[in-house]
Amino acid sequence: MREQFAQTATGLLDEDPSVAVLLADISAGLFAEAARRHPQRVINVGIREQLLVDAGAGLALSGMRPIIHTFASFLVERAFEQIKLGFGHQDVAGVLVSAGASYDMAQAGRTHQAPGDVALIDTLPDWVIHVPGHPSELDRLLRAAVGGERPAYVRTSTHQNTRPQPIDGRGRMTLVRAGSRATVVAVGPMLDAVLAATSGMDLSVLYAATVRPFDAGTLLATLQTPDVVLVEPYLAGTSARCVSDALAHRRHRLLCLGVARRELRRYGTPGDHDRAHGLDAAALRASLDAFLSAQCVGGTSPS
Amino acid sequence: MTSTITDAKRHYGYQDLRRLMALQTGDEKHDGASTSTLDVLWVLYEQILNVAPERAEDPRRDRFYLSKGHGPSAYYAVLAARGFIPASWLSGFGGVGSPLGYHPDRNLIPGVEISSGSLGHGLPLAVGTALGLRAQGNDARVVVLVGDAELDEGSNAEAIEFAGAAGLAALSVVVVDNHSSSWPWHGGLETRFSVAGWHTVRVDGRDHAALARALRRRETAAEPNVVVADLSERQR
Repeated sequence: MREQFAQTATGLLDEDPSVAVLLADISAGLFAEAARRHPQRVINVGIREQLLVDAGAGLALSGMRPIIHTFASFLVERAFEQIKLGFGHQDVAGVLVSAGASYDMAQAGRTHQAPGDVALIDTLPDWVIHVPGHPSELDRLLRAAVGGERPAYVRTSTHQNTRPQPIDGRGRMTLVRAGSRATVVAVGPMLDAVLAATSGMDLSVLYAATVRPFDAGTLLATLQTPDVVLVEPYLAGTSARCVSDALAHRRHRLLCLGVARRELRRYGTPGDHDRAHGLDAAALRASLDAFLSAQCVGGTSPS
Repeated sequence: MTSTITDAKRHYGYQDLRRLMALQTGDEKHDGASTSTLDVLWVLYEQILNVAPERAEDPRRDRFYLSKGHGPSAYYAVLAARGFIPASWLSGFGGVGSPLGYHPDRNLIPGVEISSGSLGHGLPLAVGTALGLRAQGNDARVVVLVGDAELDEGSNAEAIEFAGAAGLAALSVVVVDNHSSSWPWHGGLETRFSVAGWHTVRVDGRDHAALARALRRRETAAEPNVVVADLSERQR
């Protein structure tokens, strides 16, 4: 997906002279040719993430459309005040594109993991948040983000689904499977595991590649039984407030599955971490069965 | 916010600034953070910056980023004196209905280019703006005012190093040095800029002629410029 990011961003650089890409060494090799063509609009500031984000905001103040990229842990967590003040408080727009997701680099340990990135961005008003589950979705979503008026966070991952889902350009969720007992909202790269886990079950599966603004309209329009399961590839429950707001007028149940808050202190593969957080297909199925039989305590350990 | 300048044609001079500041603070005792910037701000707005209230949206205007956003009453006094805001706003300083807060907000005050307050953001923002202007073939200048203690914030180090390496000649920094850092680098303030490739000069922070000479555009320069405006501790 990172290669697709570089390809799409390079296309945007070629097409629009107001677009600039800012890097902090990460992925600089993927932009080497673009940097030769656009030396003043492909800017590598080195390992300086505070500067990366504020300089991006400064470019926006000059009237340009910055695309700012590094690993999620350094982009969002390390430079969060720069995001809050550089973009939000100045009231200018830019597009942050992260790599690494929650634990794409499981072997690298906690320093390179950022399961809280979407929750952090979600503390700020007016941000659009895209979580593509496939490279071709990323292409559509990145183009929409750069062409839009609002600040946007685009979360790329090495974890992706086998097939892309249609992106409608309005950030709406897609009904992938219709059923009646409950609705499972699968976010971005979680879709394949959700489809495997719900095989043969009488459940609706909604797919969300855009999580802010949250598409409450589609959830309400497709909901039959007011039992909702959120399956998010980052901190469990990040979108719980959105579901609660959408269903405030109805008695409902909500199960939030995602990455646990506790620190795992394990290396290994992303698959190992999926299993540890209850996000592989078998664990998802077990959590769904328990939820539907009303004895659920969730798929992840209390933390 | 729409500018409704009612007294833009009233001419104010340097001699009026203390009175304009007193409108905000209610007496003649101004805190050090604000009075320390008064002379630099006046020289910038009177002699250096290519800005004017009626050109607030002109892409070719110079950009002034007040990074040291605390103690902004001198800034507001200068903005009033130069016609960016009405002097009648000053007495509302800090009030719930006033656009003039203890830290300035660019979305509330005409002529204010950045919202500041949290230290260490103005210079990195200015680096981005200088890069953006350069990419657009725009030769406007970007001038940032920081405090000597503000340079304690590590984000400035990132910006100083990169701006020197990138040769951002359109960028100038004024450091108001009122010797307020808890752990100063004795004699090291200019050094940290010069080792990153900046042109450096130290001048008397109350000497208008010296400040103006140091702050004028350096037409043939290939590197950014830092002017340390020195204020002895008792001059704060």
